[in-house]
Amino acid sequence: MQISRVVEKMQPSGIRAFFDLVLGMKEVISLGVGEPDFVTPWEIREAGIYSLEQGFTSYTSNKGLYKLRLGIHRHLKNRYGLDYCPDEEILITVGVSEGLDLVLRSIINPGDKILVPQPSYVSYGPVTELAGGVPVYIDTSKDGFKITPKLLEKHIDKKTKGIVLNYPTNPTGVSYRRKELEEINKVLLKHKILCISDEVYADLTYDFQHIAFPSLPKAKNNTVYFNGFSKSYAMTGWRVGFACGPKEIIAAMTKIHQYTIMCVSITSQMAAAEALVSGRRSVEQMKREYSRRKEFITAELNSLGLKCQRPQGAFYVFPCIKSAGLSSMDFSRKLLEEEKVAVVPGTAFGACAEGYIRISYASSMENLKEALVRIKRFLGKKK
Amino acid sequence: MDEILEILEKDGRASVEDIAKMIRKKPDEVKKAIKKYEKEGAILKYKAVINKDLIKDDESGVRALIEVNIVPQKDLGFDKIAERIYSFPEVTSCYLISGTYDLLVVVEGKNLRTVSNFVAEKLSCLENVRGTATHFLLKKYKEDGVILKQKSENKRIAISY
Repeated sequence: MQISRVVEKMQPSGIRAFFDLVLGMKEVISLGVGEPDFVTPWEIREAGIYSLEQGFTSYTSNKGLYKLRLGIHRHLKNRYGLDYCPDEEILITVGVSEGLDLVLRSIINPGDKILVPQPSYVSYGPVTELAGGVPVYIDTSKDGFKITPKLLEKHIDKKTKGIVLNYPTNPTGVSYRRKELEEINKVLLKHKILCISDEVYADLTYDFQHIAFPSLPKAKNNTVYFNGFSKSYAMTGWRVGFACGPKEIIAAMTKIHQYTIMCVSITSQMAAAEALVSGRRSVEQMKREYSRRKEFITAELNSLGLKCQRPQGAFYVFPCIKSAGLSSMDFSRKLLEEEKVAVVPGTAFGACAEGYIRISYASSMENLKEALVRIKRFLGKKK
Repeated sequence: MDEILEILEKDGRASVEDIAKMIRKKPDEVKKAIKKYEKEGAILKYKAVINKDLIKDDESGVRALIEVNIVPQKDLGFDKIAERIYSFPEVTSCYLISGTYDLLVVVEGKNLRTVSNFVAEKLSCLENVRGTATHFLLKKYKEDGVILKQKSENKRIAISY
């Protein structure tokens, strides 16, 4: 069978082989995990179980349970002063991943360009290609892994349709303050470029208040905002995210969603609705725990000579490993083989991240400590 | 609550150095703060939480929750009589509670008889004790925030974006 040309051309993830190596090994301390190490808080799990007991096993409306959309509406209003209409401007999706696919397919005509600052989460480019668009990768490694107005201007042309922004950022842990975002917003408005804002780590922002992109001046009509329950409520396996945006874009996304997905699992939606009601306390507790691990691991890595910025959000730290004299991939592979510690090579997130690795601190203090002992031993051998 | 206490409440063995790193303070500052808490009695002691069900030669025996109805003393209220009760070494916890009874007393003994004897011979005959109701503990599920069941394995896949 002839596979579609677009799919065949798509770069298979270059580190698949490395991932397979990790999965085949036993007793590995994995700092390569992109999800919380907490289980979903009990009050949320209990709501899911209860909904099953009550017999909620049907489809929901395509856009998602009204009660969940209303909960999201209220949450965004309280938190950011954002007013999204639950009827027309909010869509419940299978995680943020589905939402991103929907928005790109909704706005891209063949050849349209989408800006993707790198290093970035892995799906933005491939999903753009699937939609017939052209991803334009922007190397942010010389600017502290942040997109700047100058970098933006350099990469914008007539074909540029949108940008995928992700902050706090996976894999670097950087985030943006209001002033920086306002500067970015000005450039996007000037060139009429849609901001596709993936803010799934918003609740894990440590040093300052997270600013939702659509809450910036005049940004709401030019932004599709994404968030979900996976990271903040430790609900990765439930697969619930949501998109908020101008009604014509949400309507277009809903069209695709109704043909491809129909609706998100009702159990997951019920649990998510409960998360908004009673999960905040758990979110804050988990955040404090992450914050301590972050401080601990950042201090330790820097003292080992693996220089890294203090992360401002998410649960990743992104140290530079150039001092070890190995490429990202070799460093990761050798660290795994010699010391059984798994990390993700920076190059998984873009070629510009050569010389870096992603370490996830969504792991117990006990694991982090043991991993650091091993990394220290590993570095000692490399000298 | 101070973050230092929050960390120690979860892990009494967390070292001063590690705590300092976690909250971005100097080890000396953390050490000083802990000393202060210890001195004030905010931190009373450090101990291990033991699941006695898993200990074969366990001699701690049985535990009972005893509801105690008392006649409060003039001027002193419940405190004086409570002190008389909680001073017995058999009593591991003692609370003043609202509701039908006044004190909830937790008693540990070698076996059923030792606990019954304590109730009959020590507790009930105190002059201000009006009545008692003894509940023997059959099974522990969760204690001090710790679920007493073997942890299930971590089910996350080892690596993901």
